[in-house]
Amino acid sequence: MAEITQGGPSVASPPNPIVQFFKGLFLLRESPVGMIGAFLVLSFVVMAVFAPFLAPYDPNLPQIPFAYPGTPAPDGGVFWFGTDQLGRDILSRIIFGAQRVLFYATAATLAAYVVGIMLGLMAGYYRGWTDEVISFIANVILSFPVMVLYVVIIAKFGASGANIILAVVFASSPGIMRIVRSLTLDIATREYVTAAQTRGESAWYIMLVEILPNARGPLIVDFCLRMGYTTITIGALGFLGLGLPPPDPDWGGMITETRAFITGGFPHMAIIPAVAVSLLVLGFNLLADGLREVALRD
Amino acid sequence: MTDQTPVLECRNLSISYFVRAGEIPAVVDFNLKLMPGESHGIVGESGCGKSTVALAIMNYMGKNGGITGGEILFQGRDMRTMSEEELRRLRGSKIAMVYQEPMASLNPSMKLGDQLAEVPLYHDDVSKSEAYDRAEALLAKVRLPDPGRIMGAYPHQISGGQQQRVVIAMALLSNPALLLLDEPTTALDVTVEAGIVELIKDISSEFGTSMIYISHNLGLILETCDRLTVMYSGEAVEVGDIHNVFDEMHHPYTRGLFGSIPVPGADKNARPLVAIRGQLPLPHARPQGCNFGPRCDYFAAGRCDQGDIPMTPIANSGAHAVRCVRAEEIDWDGHQVDAVGRDAVEVGDVVLRVEDLSKHYEVQSPGLLLAKDATTVKANEDLSFRAREAETVAIVGESGCGKSTFAKVLMGLEESTSGTVHLGNKELGKLGVRERDSKTVSELQMVFQNPFDTLNPSHTIGSQIGRVIRKFGVESDPKKIRQRVLELLDTVKLPRDFANRKPRQLSGGQKQRIGIARAFAGDPKVVIADEPVSALDVSVQAAVTDLLMDIQRDNRTTLLFISHDLSVVRYLADRIIVMYLGQIMEKGNTEEIFAPPYHPYTEALLAAVPIADTSVKKRKIVLKGEIPSPLNPPKGCPFCTRCQYAIPGVCETTPPPAREMSDRHVIACHLEEEELRNMKPVIAIEDAPPSSGTSAEAPEPVS
Amino acid sequence: MLKLILRRIGVMLLIMFVVSALLFVMNEGDPTLIARSVLGPYAQPEQLEAWVVQNGYDKPMVVRYFEWVGRILQGDLGTSVIYKVPVNEIFWERLANTGILAGITFVMMVIIALVMGVLAGMKEGSMQDRAISFISIFTTSIPEYASAVILAGIFVFWLGWLPGTSAMTGGFNPVELILPVMVLTLYGFGYIARMTRASMAEVMTSHYIRTAVLKGIPYRRVIMKHALRNALIAPFTVIMLQFNWLLSGVVVTEYAFGYKGFGALLLEAALRRDIYLIEACGIVAVFVAVATQTIGDIAYTYLNPRIRFN
Repeated sequence: MAEITQGGPSVASPPNPIVQFFKGLFLLRESPVGMIGAFLVLSFVVMAVFAPFLAPYDPNLPQIPFAYPGTPAPDGGVFWFGTDQLGRDILSRIIFGAQRVLFYATAATLAAYVVGIMLGLMAGYYRGWTDEVISFIANVILSFPVMVLYVVIIAKFGASGANIILAVVFASSPGIMRIVRSLTLDIATREYVTAAQTRGESAWYIMLVEILPNARGPLIVDFCLRMGYTTITIGALGFLGLGLPPPDPDWGGMITETRAFITGGFPHMAIIPAVAVSLLVLGFNLLADGLREVALRD
Repeated sequence: MTDQTPVLECRNLSISYFVRAGEIPAVVDFNLKLMPGESHGIVGESGCGKSTVALAIMNYMGKNGGITGGEILFQGRDMRTMSEEELRRLRGSKIAMVYQEPMASLNPSMKLGDQLAEVPLYHDDVSKSEAYDRAEALLAKVRLPDPGRIMGAYPHQISGGQQQRVVIAMALLSNPALLLLDEPTTALDVTVEAGIVELIKDISSEFGTSMIYISHNLGLILETCDRLTVMYSGEAVEVGDIHNVFDEMHHPYTRGLFGSIPVPGADKNARPLVAIRGQLPLPHARPQGCNFGPRCDYFAAGRCDQGDIPMTPIANSGAHAVRCVRAEEIDWDGHQVDAVGRDAVEVGDVVLRVEDLSKHYEVQSPGLLLAKDATTVKANEDLSFRAREAETVAIVGESGCGKSTFAKVLMGLEESTSGTVHLGNKELGKLGVRERDSKTVSELQMVFQNPFDTLNPSHTIGSQIGRVIRKFGVESDPKKIRQRVLELLDTVKLPRDFANRKPRQLSGGQKQRIGIARAFAGDPKVVIADEPVSALDVSVQAAVTDLLMDIQRDNRTTLLFISHDLSVVRYLADRIIVMYLGQIMEKGNTEEIFAPPYHPYTEALLAAVPIADTSVKKRKIVLKGEIPSPLNPPKGCPFCTRCQYAIPGVCETTPPPAREMSDRHVIACHLEEEELRNMKPVIAIEDAPPSSGTSAEAPEPVS
Repeated sequence: MLKLILRRIGVMLLIMFVVSALLFVMNEGDPTLIARSVLGPYAQPEQLEAWVVQNGYDKPMVVRYFEWVGRILQGDLGTSVIYKVPVNEIFWERLANTGILAGITFVMMVIIALVMGVLAGMKEGSMQDRAISFISIFTTSIPEYASAVILAGIFVFWLGWLPGTSAMTGGFNPVELILPVMVLTLYGFGYIARMTRASMAEVMTSHYIRTAVLKGIPYRRVIMKHALRNALIAPFTVIMLQFNWLLSGVVVTEYAFGYKGFGALLLEAALRRDIYLIEACGIVAVFVAVATQTIGDIAYTYLNPRIRFN
């Protein structure tokens, strides 16, 4: 009975999602790789949020075409990353491009998560024919090579922000559904779920309160990875000419507009946005890896 | 014996694991001497370091484990000085090991024959065909039916008991001098375990192999070993010949361990179990001096908490030593206080009536596209029994007996196929839990088996209990709910600030207490406890069992206690139902079940349970074969394939009649009443030795 | 086993049926739009209508769908609007080109990934593991369109070693394949490598590897005979799924290097709304993806005795 005298650690603070988030970040300090990832992602987030203050020029203002990085600007400033073939400041375009890509990637991934989580919970919890139907639809969508799917959808419905988001939701929610489904199948066998069933809780209460919170670990890691992947996709659509309409800066579009000049002696115009998109994706991937490592340790 | 070189000798062995937080000592100052042909048991609770010792002997401790002091001598040679290649030659040929999880220990994608033949191929330099011949011959030796078929099979194609026999055969293939057995039967059913134990005993006598047998089960050690080491928190605390330790134990922890397991002949009212208070210290938070000090009733400040406590020999007791400064001065008998015996409870009216309850599943094997072939599994078949107010009814059986399915039907998670279940006047058999009103739901609650997943890790203890209170409509005002949560924590004897904790901050025993609090939150009439303590350490089991029974008594709740462990059941049940493959084989009062007449299955089950008492003599009954798959049960009596009394032409074709032996004692068997009545008792208790550890200790006033 | 194969093939046909119906409805759901895309933007409404009737597009959609499926099964993929020739005449050559590119990439990618993954997973937590893990995350973070321009900057502009486009205008030239293969391999191998590493690391900590070591057989045999087989079962499915990813990467890479493959053709068709070409490319892409997955699934069950004998 006196099993209690030694107890565990002292009294816990009540759970708070924001506190938990920062606690999570704090835990990341144990993983150098994760720290680099968090740093990269946060840098781009800061860039995106404060774009109007950080960008030295209007991203669409034509100034001196074909300026190399470091060229002095007419107003006494410097084109740190040079200008493109129309004379627009590349640094400013990168900064505003970060804003666009982060906005669309976040919106699209979040929306895909909402859809994927709902369907995954239902497939994994109800099983039976609900699962068969949902899984079959997912299999159909997943049997398309993703880029083929994007090309066909965007070509059919036209390139716009909303369509890009819809296409991403359509293409990536089946993958999320599968992950949530398999997590649900596993968690649903736990005794605390049976306990909830034996006290007559409703199915949605069990899915959302008993199951979903315990799936959050793997889902957060997957979310980071998917943010990276959506960033790649948005860039790819821009690169293929199916992205957001010009002239607004879009990293993929910047690459495709300027890559003809690589051999002409101006490789920086295409390489800089290529490096930018790679760094952001790297940030997401490293962050995911760090989170996974930290999660496994506990 | 004395002039022989020991097969194995551990001298002052210390083993540590190195993690990010630093060095964690797993085993400290461990000594062991094993002579040829000798069997040595190592017993202790989880985390005491017993498996670490075995892996250290094999020199296989992972990348973060290492020997930090002392030596391991194998046939006189220090293993720590051996090269990788020398070790490799030793492993599997001179020293072999049998593991806890037979399924996990065998390569899933390699045929068993190939896995077995590797041993002679790499150690004995024989031809391929010779190696396979030897493997097959040994499979026959470990009494596996049809060795030829097993040679060509993959691990998942044979049963758990057969897998363990294959692992044992693999270990014996090159006739090792030393065999290490690490909990070899823990994952198996008790009647299957009995067969493996029998095999192990025969091996030691036939091959003369020295053995180290690691187990948490004192009864198994008694059946298999000559000598015994008791470990606690990384240290050996008592070592000696098995009879000396069992009959003349000198360490307070050894006594505590024996005091917390039920022994035959004792029931809950005459002798409550005595739990050891407190819990195991974490390896990096061990106390000064004696590790057991903080939990010991004989703790003497100034002596027990100073310096390292050495092993001290006990006079006139063979090679018997104990790690306790007060070993010889404690007057065990002088300070005995009879534990609070409880009066038997008067049982009330019938609360739960189960009549001809059956639950069948359609198991579908995927056919082409939508066409499916279905087989019917009869998980429960014609179950009938009654349970009264304040009564404890135990449902006993091995895996596949249908006890968990039965719990599900009762709880409304599954619908019965036929038959009825009445709680009071309400029929529940076809009523899913969501169709039951909240009063009915709260009247029928459950305590679960696994402490690690009985509570939702994402929510606090308080909110989880609170949810139950609100759901059952006991209270709705948040303040009152909080109050009720705190009261429930009091009831299960946990501090009130646990309400704010997350489950991961609790020990296994504490989690089970919360599980009990949750089940009793809505004043249930019937509580189903599905193996509520089987996953806990022995010393904690007793405390949780007692708590459960106390609350049950106070509330006059009917308890359905599902278990595979007959000794626990004998200790706490009023009535017992013995199940096998979905059917009731025997039901009756506890005394009736444990004394003849028996059902042949009950008889075998009783004989199979290892008992940690040297004064108990059992009749030997080892069942042949394994439990048949519920997918393909025998036609007549489900037990006929393994029954030693089976009547050819009758038992396998006709379901057995229910024979009423007395008022409420029923045996389902083809044997005539006369034959059943003529059965001999399985367990006989000799006169108990003068000082046994079977009585309760009370704290001794510290001078 | 036979039942299982038939079942997989049945599921595959079902998926192909749904996918083809989807593609058909999306592209040929509205006959006027087809007429518009064939006759061009300046055609009058009456002309469109006449075209619809003339070509039998006024029949119910279900009927048209099955006629269309029938034609495809007979090998008639329709006529390309942009090229004004039967799709068959251009399509297969493009597909063969992609087959060469994807085939070489696939072999390179799988070899590099498996070797690196096994080496990393064998010694979890070692320097070699950390290095390989970081490299594979790093390369998977550079999308094809980014590595295409970065590598072009390095090998074409600065070093001048390789040609910048792979249009093969002067006949088949293996040198022109180097950059596209590099781009696809670089992006693709990391994922398989990481899966292989995880699987290998898990197997190395399993109890049966402990059994094998403690049986006293040589370490080489423990790795080759006991670990590898089990460790490669899980990445196998991932590898088969890579065909699907590869077809995605092919679209971007072919466009980046002007390689005359099926991906570039699909993109061109989509941008210029060449319905029959889109349909042909879509169907074939999905068929390749689903077929490889089906083969993968069947092979997986063959590799995994736990499923094979149940």
